[in-house]
Amino acid sequence: MSFPILSSILLAPVLGVLIILFIPQKEDKVIKIVAALATGLTVILSLIAYAYYDQSIGGLQFVEHIPWIDELGVAYGLGVDGISLPLVLLTAIVIFTGVFASWGLEKRVKEFFIFLLALVAGVFGVFLTTDLFFFYLFFEIAVIPMYILIGVWGSTNKEYSAMKLTIYLLVGSAFALIVIIAVYLYTGLGTFDIQTLTQQTYDIGFQKFAFLLLMVGFGFLVPMWPLHTWSPDGHVAAPTAVSMLHAGVLMKLGGYGLIRAGIFIFPEGAKFWAPVIAILCIVNVVYGAMVAMAQKDLKFVIGYSSVSHMGYVLLGVASLNTLSISGAVAQMFAHGIMTALFFALVGNVYNKAHTRMIADFGGLAHQMPRIAAGFVIAGLASLGLPGLVNFVAEFAIFVGSFRVYPVLTILAISGIVITAVYVLRVVQNVFFGPRNPKWDGLEDVRGIELVPIVILCGVLLFLGFFPSLLMELINNGVDPFVQQYLTTPKVGGMF
Amino acid sequence: MAINFSLIIPEMLVAGLGLLVMIISLLVPKDQKKGLAYFTVFGLIGVLVVLYFMIDAQGTLFNGMYIVDPFGSFMKILIVLSSIMAIILGVEYVEKFITGFLGEFCFFVVFATLGMITLVSAGDFITLYVALELMTISFIILVGFGKNIFRASEAAIKYLLLSALSSGVLLYGLTLVYGAAKTTSINGVMEYIAQGETAPILVLGIIFLISGFGFKISAVPFHMWTPDVYEGAPTPVTALLSVASKGAAFGVLLRVFMHALPGNQELWMPIIVVLTVLTIVLGNFVAIPQKNIKRMLAFSGVAQAGYILLGLIAFSTVGVSAALFYAMIYVFCNMGAFGVIIAFSQAGGGDEVQDYNGLWKRSPFLAAVMLASLLSLAGIPPLAGFVGKFQLFRAIMEQGYVWLVFVALGMSMVSVYYYLLVAKAMYFKDPHEDSQIKVNLPIQITLLAITLITLFLGIYPTPLTNLATQVAKTFF
Repeated sequence: MSFPILSSILLAPVLGVLIILFIPQKEDKVIKIVAALATGLTVILSLIAYAYYDQSIGGLQFVEHIPWIDELGVAYGLGVDGISLPLVLLTAIVIFTGVFASWGLEKRVKEFFIFLLALVAGVFGVFLTTDLFFFYLFFEIAVIPMYILIGVWGSTNKEYSAMKLTIYLLVGSAFALIVIIAVYLYTGLGTFDIQTLTQQTYDIGFQKFAFLLLMVGFGFLVPMWPLHTWSPDGHVAAPTAVSMLHAGVLMKLGGYGLIRAGIFIFPEGAKFWAPVIAILCIVNVVYGAMVAMAQKDLKFVIGYSSVSHMGYVLLGVASLNTLSISGAVAQMFAHGIMTALFFALVGNVYNKAHTRMIADFGGLAHQMPRIAAGFVIAGLASLGLPGLVNFVAEFAIFVGSFRVYPVLTILAISGIVITAVYVLRVVQNVFFGPRNPKWDGLEDVRGIELVPIVILCGVLLFLGFFPSLLMELINNGVDPFVQQYLTTPKVGGMF
Repeated sequence: MAINFSLIIPEMLVAGLGLLVMIISLLVPKDQKKGLAYFTVFGLIGVLVVLYFMIDAQGTLFNGMYIVDPFGSFMKILIVLSSIMAIILGVEYVEKFITGFLGEFCFFVVFATLGMITLVSAGDFITLYVALELMTISFIILVGFGKNIFRASEAAIKYLLLSALSSGVLLYGLTLVYGAAKTTSINGVMEYIAQGETAPILVLGIIFLISGFGFKISAVPFHMWTPDVYEGAPTPVTALLSVASKGAAFGVLLRVFMHALPGNQELWMPIIVVLTVLTIVLGNFVAIPQKNIKRMLAFSGVAQAGYILLGLIAFSTVGVSAALFYAMIYVFCNMGAFGVIIAFSQAGGGDEVQDYNGLWKRSPFLAAVMLASLLSLAGIPPLAGFVGKFQLFRAIMEQGYVWLVFVALGMSMVSVYYYLLVAKAMYFKDPHEDSQIKVNLPIQITLLAITLITLFLGIYPTPLTNLATQVAKTFF
C-alpha cells in the first residue's frame, strides 16, 4: 500500500493538538510555531495530492479503506476526486494563513490552538471521507470547538452568537442524519459508502423526501435564505482565524454536501427541488447584497457578502449541469480564499484600531497602504473582476445557469452590480479620502502579519491568470457524475 | 436436578464481600476505613473479572427462578462497574461530609449491587420482587445516611414513600399477571401469552408493571422523585442511583417485556411509545431552566432513559443491542459528570451551575472531563454517546418510526443547549475565586479512564457493538 497521504492530512492537525497539549501555557511562541508547522504540513500534503492526482484516470484516488464498525458496516474510507481535492486545498490554505492571522493572540493561547486544530481536523475529515457516517461524524466534530472558540475569544455579542451558530448547525446536520440513516436502511446493503450509494437507484418518492431533508439540512450550513441568520452573527462574533475558517471553509461543507450527497445520490429528487433552491438563492444574492450595503460594521458587510456569494454557489448547484456545478465548486474555492482574505484584513484593522465601524475610518490608505491594497484586491475579487479567480467561477455558473433559468440568472447578475456598490463604498469610506490624523499612530501590517495577506492575494491572482489549473480538475470530478446521473437536465425551469 | 452453583459465583462473591466488609467495618476504628473502601473496590474488581469470563455462560437455576445468560451478565458488568466507580469517586466525599460512615457506605453499596445483579437475572416474579426490594432498601439508606445533610433526609423520605408506592403498584401488577397466567415464572407467562389469550386482567397487570418499572427508570410521568432525590442525596449515591439502579431496572424491564410479553406487544407497545416520547420531550425541556447541576443531570437522566427505551420500541436485535450499548456508555458519561461534581464539591464548590464559572482556570482537567461527559450525553462525536444514539435511531427507523427519529433527534439538539450552558459557565466566565482545585490521585485516574473510554468508544466502538450484538441475541 502506498503512503496514506490523506490520512496524514487528517492527522496532521490532530498531531498538532497532541503536541500542544504538552506544551506549557506560557510558552505561547512554541505553541504557535507547532500550530503553523502542523497546518503547513497539511498545505504541503494537499499540494502533493494535487500534483499526483491523475486527471487522466479521474474518480476517487488515494483511496484508503479500513472496516470500522462491523455491526453497522461503517468503514473508515478516505479518497479525493476533482470536487473534494480543491476544497481540501482550500481548507489547508485558509487554516495555514489563519494561524498566522492569530499570531498576535495573547489570551489563553494554548486552548485556542487546541480547539482551532481540532476544528480543522473535522473540516478536513468531511472533505476527505468517502463514508456518509464519517461525513456526519467529522462535521459534528467541527461544530463544538467553534462554539468555544467564538464564545471565549470572540467579540460583539459572542455568547449569543456562539450558541445560535451551534444550534443552527446541529439542527441542520440533524436533517442530514435522518437521510443518512434512511438511505442506509433503504438500500439494505449495510454500507455507508458514498460511491456505492450513488450507484443505487431509488424510487422517486424517496428521492424527493431525502433531497428535501438534505436541502433544508445543508441549507442551514450554506446558508440558504431564510436559514442564514446565524451566519453574519457568527462571522462577526468569531475571532479572526475562526471567521476565516468559518466563512472560508465551513459554509462550503453545505455546498459540498448538497452536491456530493444530494445531487449525485438523489438526482431525481434534485431535479424536483432545484427550482426551489434557484428561487431562494436569488433572494440570497440580492437580499444579502442589499443588507450588506446597509451595514455599519465592516465584519457585518463581509458576513452578508458571504451570504450573497454563497447564493451563486446555490444557483450553480440548482442548475444541474456540468458547467454550473463546476462553477459552483470553483466559486466555493474562490469565495473561500477571498473571504478569508477579507477577514484577515479586517482582523488586522480591528487589532490596531479597536473599532470596525466604517464611519470611524477614512483615508486609512495613508497609514496602511498594504492593508488597503489587500482590501482592494479582495474587493475586486468580490465583484468578479476578470483576472481574479472569482470571475472564472462566477462566469461558469452564469453560463451554466442561463440555459436553465435565464430570468433568475439575470437577477443574479444584477447582484454583482449591488456588490460593486457596497464593496466600492467600503473601500472608499474606509481607505480613501483625506488623511485622518486620528489614525496616524497606526502601523501598517509587516513581518509575520503579512503572511496571510500575501498568500491569499497570491492564490487569487495566480489562479485568476491560470484558471485551468483549477477548472480542469473540478470539471474532471463533476463531469462523469453529471453525464451518468443528470444526462437529460431538465431544461426550462420555472420561468 | 443438580444445581450448577458455578453459574452464580458472582452473586455469591458479592454477598460474601458485603458481609465481610460489614464485619471488618465493625472491627476497625472509625477513622481508618479508607483502606476498607479500596478493599471493597478490589473485591468488586474480582467479581468483574469473573463476570467477564462467564459472559457466555447460560443456564437456569432453582427451577427457572434464576436465569443466567449473556444478557444478564452484560447488565451485571455494567452494574458492578458503576459500583466500583461510585466507591472510588465517593471515598473522599463520604470521609469529608459524612464522617465516620465510610464502612456503611461501602457495604450498603455492595448490598445494593447484590440486589441489582440479582434483579437482572430474575426468572420469576418472586425473585424479581425480592431483588428489587433489596436494591431499593439499600438505596433508601444510602440516600438518607448523610444525616447531617438536611436535604438528604428529605430526599430519603421522599424516595422511601414513592418507592413504597411504586413497589406496591408493581406488586399489584405482578399479582394480576399471575392471576391471569397462573404462574409466577417468566417462562410460564411467555407460554401463557403465546396461547393467544388476552384477559382484561392481564392488560391491567401489564399497565401496572409499566408504571412500576417506569418509576425505577424515572420515565415521565413517574419521574417526579428524580430531581429531588438526586439533588438531596450524597453525590456518590446520586451517581450510583443514576446509572446502576437505572441500568438494573432497564435490565429487568427488557427481560420481562422482551421475554415474557412479546406475544402481545401490540397491546403495550403504544403505551411504551407514548411514555418514551413524553420522557424524551419533557426531560429535555425541563432540564433547560435548571440552575442546580445535579437537578439538571437528573432531568437529563430522565431524557436519557427515554432514549434507552427506544431500543425496546425497536423490538429487534439491533434495537436491544443499541440499548445495551447506550446503557453502557451512559454509565461512563454520567459517572464522568458526577465524578467532576464530587471532586468539585470536595474542594468547597457548590452545586449551582454558576459555581462552575471559570472552572477551566481552576482545574483544566476537571473542566475537560465535564465537557467530554456532557457532550457525550448530548451525542456529539467523536464521543461514545453519538454512536449510541446513531444506533438507536437506526434501530427505530428500521421499524418505520421515522417521526420518532425526528422527535428524538430534535430533542437531542435541545439537550445540546443546556449541556452547553455548563460548558459556557466553565469556559467563558471568570472564576469567583482563583484557587486551584486539587484532585486526588484515585479520582484523577478514574476520571481519566472514563474520559479515555468515552473517547475511544466514540472513535472505535466496534468492540462494544460486537459484544452488545452478541448479547442481544439472547432474546431472538
